[in-house]
Amino acid sequence: MSGVLVIMEQRGGAWNRMSWETLAAGQQLAAQTGQTASTAVAGQGIGALAGELARKKLERVYAVDHALLGAYTADGYTAALEQLIRKASPSLVLFPHTYQVRDFAPKLATRFGQVLISDTIGFRVDGGAPVFARQLFQGKLNADVKPGGAGPYFASVQAGAFRADQLQDGSAQVENFTPDLSADEIRAKPLDPFRESARAVDLTAAEIIVSVGRGIKEKDNIPIVEELAKALGAELAASRPICDSGWLPMERQVGSSGQTVSPKVYLAVGISGAIQHLVGMKGAKTIVAINKDSNAPIFEVADYGIVGDLFEVVPALVEEVKKAKG
Amino acid sequence: MKIIVSIKQVPVRDSQLRIDASGHWIQENDLSFEINEPDAYALEEGLQLKEKHGGEVIALCLGPARASQTIREALAKGADRAIHIEEENLTSFDTLGIAKLLAKAAESEKPDLILTGLQSDDLGSGQTGVVMAEILGLPSATIIMAVETAGSGIRVKRELEDGWFQNVEMPLPAVLTIQSGINKLRYATLMGIKKAKTKEIKRLRPAELGVTAAPAAIIERVYLPQRTKQTQILEGSAKEAAAKLVEKLKFEVRVI
Ligand SMILES: Cc1cc2nc3c(=O)[nH]c(=O)nc-3n(C[C@H](O)[C@H](O)[C@H](O)COP(=O)(O)OP(=O)(O)OC[C@H]3O[C@@H](n4cnc5c(N)ncnc54)[C@H](O)[C@@H]3O)c2cc1C
Repeated sequence: MSGVLVIMEQRGGAWNRMSWETLAAGQQLAAQTGQTASTAVAGQGIGALAGELARKKLERVYAVDHALLGAYTADGYTAALEQLIRKASPSLVLFPHTYQVRDFAPKLATRFGQVLISDTIGFRVDGGAPVFARQLFQGKLNADVKPGGAGPYFASVQAGAFRADQLQDGSAQVENFTPDLSADEIRAKPLDPFRESARAVDLTAAEIIVSVGRGIKEKDNIPIVEELAKALGAELAASRPICDSGWLPMERQVGSSGQTVSPKVYLAVGISGAIQHLVGMKGAKTIVAINKDSNAPIFEVADYGIVGDLFEVVPALVEEVKKAKG
Repeated sequence: MKIIVSIKQVPVRDSQLRIDASGHWIQENDLSFEINEPDAYALEEGLQLKEKHGGEVIALCLGPARASQTIREALAKGADRAIHIEEENLTSFDTLGIAKLLAKAAESEKPDLILTGLQSDDLGSGQTGVVMAEILGLPSATIIMAVETAGSGIRVKRELEDGWFQNVEMPLPAVLTIQSGINKLRYATLMGIKKAKTKEIKRLRPAELGVTAAPAAIIERVYLPQRTKQTQILEGSAKEAAAKLVEKLKFEVRVI
């Protein structure tokens, strides 16, 4: 059992970008543990994708190709990758922590009597073996988690934890792997992906965004941040719980399930800064956080912070903005 | 439809967390606890499915004695009965051990559907439901935003990234992990709270289920995240801090 195997993700021939970050993590982990890195991509008719991977510094590229892998199913992917892992016998299998990986990787790890160490943000090497860092309590604390047992180990990598531009080019040998799959072992029938409705609000065009989180406490308080957005000439956005509760429409949600924005200024008001929110806004040029908890993870990405009660700070801010604008 | 909803008790949101003396977990003695948020949505979904299709909702909870408060609340909201696997030292189990315990307890009930929240607010591993399904040999689907019956099976709406969704049809029995916001949570009524006192809670111990802790992944250390970014904190009263921020927005960021 040796080598790091990175499982890439594609849909309809397009890569999930997090895969490249994970591949970079895999190369680094392999280098630091004195192993080689290989990768695998699963699907139907994925020759071109495998060819792209063959230009990276890797030992091997496994093209896991099968008609039953054309549309993603947990059963199909788990069965195919189980067979590949038994054959390739890596010591560690890495995945990008995508929604799809959440859907099947825990199942796959279970087949090996292992646990997926999920959503990791880094690693260190201890006695030749990796120890992974991951977040607890939505980013308020971190933990180091050490895989145990006979292996192979399984871990998934958080968005943004590694940089795709650190990926090393090179060349790798492509190996076709045809798993043994039958239609009757795939129990779920996936239908075509869809979007709920055309987005009436395009937050991506906004220069300034005032975004509100659960710190606002109730629907009746929303006008407090609306005032601020108006004063600044900003678009109003929100974290997920605000949209879940129907306090603002779904189309104003920022984050992994909502929109990804990169305005000049993003003002996060009463938002804790969970990773699923951060991925949607950390590309903003300037981030301002207003939060009563000085330990809130949002301050990790903020350029300017006000630690205080939003119900005092926001009205004061409205006053000052109006004054400055004259 | 016989539905098992697996629920977990976690520290209330916005708790001030302190690392315990061992450095392996947090100090729990001064915290308050509540149902894990996605689990509350899973429970609500179970109750709504029962109201539509008849059947029974069983709340299943693995946790220390304090978790009985959360179980009572689930019963007060309308769960018919509960199973409490009592274990004080949860950190000695990893996700696989926890899923084995829950699966063992669920198995003998022969449910049509098992629901859990998609992840816990404390550990956030996001896999208990999927691993339970694998142990029980059942199909599963995750991050679910709608559940309806379709023939002898169900059709569920999976959330994908960037505002995309996908419907998936699957046979029963099945395991689903539920996303927050799938429905509107109810409050327990006074009547519900009264009734809950008479409802059955079956208590089990891990040893009775034949599962021992043999973790494949161990938390070595818990610590405060290191800040890498230098946030400029604007100090002073609300008015002072606001004035400073406007200065920055005007002269440095240049958006005012
Ligand atoms: C698969 C998946 C997808 C998700 N997708 C998204 C997504 O697209 N977008 C998204 O946002 N989330 C998403 N989430 C949810 C995410 O994990 C967090 O739960 C969510 O972002 C938290 O929202 P919040 O910060 O508003 O609330 P909380 O985490 O509850 O934070 C509230 C904050 O307000 C502060 N506060 C409270 N009172 C005050 C006050 N008076 N003054 C100042 N500050 C105050 C608190 O200190 C706290 O930091 C997703 C989760 C999952 C599992």
